[in-house]
Amino acid sequence: MSGEPLIEVVNLRFRYDDGTVALNGVDFRLFDSETVALFGPNGSGKTTFALHLNGLLRGEGEVRICGLRVDKNSLATIRRKVGLLFQDPDEQLFMPSVLEDVAFGPLSAGVPPEEAFRRAREALAQVGMAHASERAPYHLSAGEKRRVALAGVLVVEPEVLVLDEPTTYLDPPAHRDLVALLGRLPQAKVIATHDADLARALADRAVFFEHGRIVAEGPVEELIERFGWDACVARRRRTSAGQDS
Amino acid sequence: MHHVVLEQWARRTGPVHALDPRVKLGVTLLFLIAIAAGPPLSVAQFAAYAGLLAGVVLAAGLPLGGVALRAGIVLPLAGAFAAVSWLAGDSHRGLTILLKSYLSVFAALTLVGTTPVARLFLGLKRLGVPASLVLVVQFVYRYLFVISEQVQHMRLAAKSRGALERAPRRYRLMVPAGAIAVLFARSYRRAEAVHHAMLARGFTGQIEAATPLRLGAADLVAGGAAAGVVLAVRFAF
Repeated sequence: MSGEPLIEVVNLRFRYDDGTVALNGVDFRLFDSETVALFGPNGSGKTTFALHLNGLLRGEGEVRICGLRVDKNSLATIRRKVGLLFQDPDEQLFMPSVLEDVAFGPLSAGVPPEEAFRRAREALAQVGMAHASERAPYHLSAGEKRRVALAGVLVVEPEVLVLDEPTTYLDPPAHRDLVALLGRLPQAKVIATHDADLARALADRAVFFEHGRIVAEGPVEELIERFGWDACVARRRRTSAGQDS
Repeated sequence: MHHVVLEQWARRTGPVHALDPRVKLGVTLLFLIAIAAGPPLSVAQFAAYAGLLAGVVLAAGLPLGGVALRAGIVLPLAGAFAAVSWLAGDSHRGLTILLKSYLSVFAALTLVGTTPVARLFLGLKRLGVPASLVLVVQFVYRYLFVISEQVQHMRLAAKSRGALERAPRRYRLMVPAGAIAVLFARSYRRAEAVHHAMLARGFTGQIEAATPLRLGAADLVAGGAAAGVVLAVRFAF
């Protein structure tokens, strides 16, 4: 990859208040139009890392987004540049109606209401949820919630999407639709996931987290194979090991 | 669930639903004050107030029986106070408590059943209720669904594991207490996560104004007429 990276993380370290070391020297780069999958066991630091990319957590080391160092003065700009999709959409959809929820970002940025709602309708149309604009978020299905949450991120036209386990709670059709939708989005993406199929479909490369560090990076298939990061692959391995013995 | 039915009603369309929420809030408040601050209701007053509410419910296309039945939710509580008055020898006062409570809840249900909750919150804000207070109510309402779902899941989980049917009585009481603590801890964690989500989307400490409300002539005429009826019943009967 050439050119300036969209995201550059150097020796990032973070410790929670209870003393748990969540990140222990992470180096990472994301380039324009690139999609990177973050693999790793639960508790390995993927979500903590994702929260740093939006400035929600700030550890030691350096995080640069589009050349901007993440600090107090740059937070508002960085949060417009990096759209963060949370694992649980119920945490992300907090307004009483879908339209108001999607318009939350632009309204918070001082966009006049009429323009904010126009953009929100466009974003809802983009994710195929225009029909639900007046509905209450808590009455939507898991797949619909995920799409609305994504619209709430897309509405501020971010340059990078950071997605934390985007396929959790989704049934196969909703999973398929979301993968297709994400594939159509032009933004560079960082996807923290356990979902090997999602990574295969979308990611150009992958990194593997363990104990708060990136311990491997490379092509998606190679990492899946190396770490057995696919339930079916693991089963096949067990089966073949059984036949060998 | 009860509140889900109310929301289904609120999503309908019709002349009452279309009214500006500020008008509906204002008239409902006037109605509640007229009832609460007035003398004991006469039969004619009760009939007139009930007739007014029934007329609004029917005009809104809501099921009158359904609203009347749900308004009865207040009766056990009001009944306790009424019983105290009755036992103290003031049966007329007891009856008044029952009737006033019932009409008040009926009016509140009519308001909530004809106004989508988002517009209700917006109306409150535009009427000058502090934004932080509206925000708190809005969040409580929003996450009530999530928390109630968690409670249902926890109950099911307890049931599926036998629900301690044969455990000593003391232990059976300790478990729900522990579950409440767990629910509190989870809710606290969720509140932090929601705050994170808000910050991630540019929250600056205040939720900005949403869709504009427009007060039209129809709103003023309908609101004025309803307020006139309330005042006439209060002072003329």
